[in-house]
Amino acid sequence: MSRRFIAWLVRLLTGVRLLAVPPHGSGPAIYFANHASHMDFVVVWSALPDTVREMTSPAAAEDYWGKTPLRRRISCDLFQAILIPRQDVKRHNNPVNLLGAGLEAGRSIILFPEGTRSLTPETAEFKSGLYHLAKRYPGIPLVPVHLENLSRILPKGSHLPVPLIAQARFGDPIHLLDDESKPEFLTRARAILVGVDAPV
Amino acid sequence: MDPHTRLLLSLVLGILVIATIIGAVLSSRAESDGARATMANLNARIRSWWVMAAVFSATVLLGPIFTTVLFALLSFLAMREFITLNRTERADHEILFWAFFVILPLHYLLVGIHWYGLFAIFIPVYAFVFIPFRRVLTGETGNFLMSTARIQWALLICVYAVSHMPMLLALPIPGYEGKNANLLFFFVLTVQLSDVLQYVWGKTCGKHPVAPRVSPHKTWEGTVGGIGTTVLLSTSLWWATPFNPWQAAAMALLICLAGFFGGLVLSAIKRDLGAKDWGSTIAGHGGFLDRIDSLCFAAPLFFHITGFCFANGVDPEPAAWLLELIGR
Repeated sequence: MSRRFIAWLVRLLTGVRLLAVPPHGSGPAIYFANHASHMDFVVVWSALPDTVREMTSPAAAEDYWGKTPLRRRISCDLFQAILIPRQDVKRHNNPVNLLGAGLEAGRSIILFPEGTRSLTPETAEFKSGLYHLAKRYPGIPLVPVHLENLSRILPKGSHLPVPLIAQARFGDPIHLLDDESKPEFLTRARAILVGVDAPV
Repeated sequence: MDPHTRLLLSLVLGILVIATIIGAVLSSRAESDGARATMANLNARIRSWWVMAAVFSATVLLGPIFTTVLFALLSFLAMREFITLNRTERADHEILFWAFFVILPLHYLLVGIHWYGLFAIFIPVYAFVFIPFRRVLTGETGNFLMSTARIQWALLICVYAVSHMPMLLALPIPGYEGKNANLLFFFVLTVQLSDVLQYVWGKTCGKHPVAPRVSPHKTWEGTVGGIGTTVLLSTSLWWATPFNPWQAAAMALLICLAGFFGGLVLSAIKRDLGAKDWGSTIAGHGGFLDRIDSLCFAAPLFFHITGFCFANGVDPEPAAWLLELIGR
């Protein structure tokens, strides 16, 4: 209930449209999006249909979202995020394992393959997590989500939001090809994400 | 309720009922795909008209406070569309926060308490000075003039100009006390009739474009026919205004011409920014700014010319020969 209300409020404030149907069939998916603002995962999350959203976990940086009890409550309890480490990655806290556990439990994942919020409008090079997940779970669709204007609503380094109209454009799902290498796949995925501009 | 207000509301209701019936009949008769698409667009517009007329009438009836809040919201939504389409930069961010959350609310507070003197200069003087001061603090010199200018235009068009409509309620017109809501109705009705009638005339017998590069759908036939019909209709509403019939006709003509040019100016800006519509919020109409574009430039002109010629203590007193000329 409170999650539905927050999603509604976020859509009202950012002008993002609710998806009528998920852009892939039923079952879990990996949504990957460009990253420019703290609000990014909230926006993707809010655009998903209610039932899909309940079964979706954003991947959030543990060093930020796990730092204080309040942030932990917001990220883990409210948004059902999976906290992943960005430094000191060991076997027991490997992000691919943590996110994989979520996928195996039937949940979808929201992932930002750039790893951090970019300061420029350009989408940065992708880190390899998306490739490892795609390789380990070849049946799971990878849905590109191109976010527009989020960096202007709440840019990195500012805590003052400006109420512009944002857009979350969902593209057609992609998969890892049989003979695709890691750099080839990451370059292709990034190019597809940047090129998603067909209105939904 | 003021009997004139009641009559104006009944007229609006009547026009909407007739438009809805015509829309339903025409769309049942549409045969080609093109005609069906036109009718679907027209019916979407009529449905939006019902909503807009209902919201506007209800708030005006609820009183000046509600009217002020409605227009503040409209300014907010319009400026949001305006700034979204403008490619603002990181250095503009904090100024935009001020524009949306400080300057806009303060300006409408002045409207709400009818502080005319500060209302008239708050944005042209204080915001004008503040914006470049704040921008200079960022240390970013690239696009300085461009950046400050577009934020100032956003405030002038979306906030300052639009706020002259609720400010009409504060005009002290001798012998017209307590009836200012009718003046607001007269203004909004004239601009909207002009928009609709120009659209109808243009669709039915429009051939020669007025400004093909700015707004390809505006034709001479549509403009002249639409404005002519509107002036006739609005003049027939003179009894609801402080004007006599020929003053009402002159005012209606002024409103229509300013509305026409205002629409063209905002179309030109839109094209400059590479967009077709300002937004997609209102079915058939595009965004809020597409709907109010012709109100923006007409509102301050109508406010000040009415204030100058008919009100006391707002604008400077006109010269005696002018008062004689307009028959006051």
